[in-house]
Amino acid sequence: MMLGRVQVPPSVERGAVFEVRVIVQHPMETGFRRDYDGKVIPLNIVNRLACTYAGREVFRVELGSGIAANPYFVFPVVATRSGELAIEWSDDRGQAGRVSATVNVA
Amino acid sequence: MKRRTFLRVSTFALAAGALAARAQEVHDIAPLVDAITHGASAEEGGIDIGLPAIAENGNSVPLTLEVPSPMTEADHVREIHVIAERNPRPAVATFHLGPWSGRARVATRMRLAGTQKVTVVAVLSGERFRIARKEVAVESAACLDEGSLR
Repeated sequence: MMLGRVQVPPSVERGAVFEVRVIVQHPMETGFRRDYDGKVIPLNIVNRLACTYAGREVFRVELGSGIAANPYFVFPVVATRSGELAIEWSDDRGQAGRVSATVNVA
Repeated sequence: MKRRTFLRVSTFALAAGALAARAQEVHDIAPLVDAITHGASAEEGGIDIGLPAIAENGNSVPLTLEVPSPMTEADHVREIHVIAERNPRPAVATFHLGPWSGRARVATRMRLAGTQKVTVVAVLSGERFRIARKEVAVESAACLDEGSLR
């Protein structure tokens, strides 16, 4: 399980747009770097991150090696109902992570 | 070979090698754009690209993207593609949005392997496309630290 953090506003009005901020702890190895022995550090990046809320996928990003280490994203979502907002991601080695937050719709 | 000559030659070779490693080639991104638009033409502009004019460090450059759109069922932004022509892998990210997003505005941090033009292609509902570019001067590029571990 990889570390990540997600942040949503404490409460939002129904129909309003709110911002989701997410950061994932990951080196985003490009495959171009070498270690002290001169061996290539293999490519290993988070290649996909998706957010589900209110029973549907509301955001998805396909990442390349051009995204900085510890990928950080801010994206908007329309508040429809109170409930869980979950973010899931996976890297080239098949390691996956998940974080969630509760959305309170007033 | 005299020691002096050897030193002179090897110093030159090292310097040339370092230079070659530094010169990141500029990719032709037209095929990437065509793959997104399926060869259709894209409207110029209509995308706000928030990138610093000068980035001190290419390892982490803040990027914000906003595509003015009503984000309704009939008229919304579906995808935003980010392409960096001078990165070793120019396809940086693809964002998927929809009417449920409310507005088309995303932010992230990207890597830039040197001073270059960043191209953003937006895919709108109804098979419409927009394209915009922004120049960024990078003082210390990403991806050039081969041989070192930070």
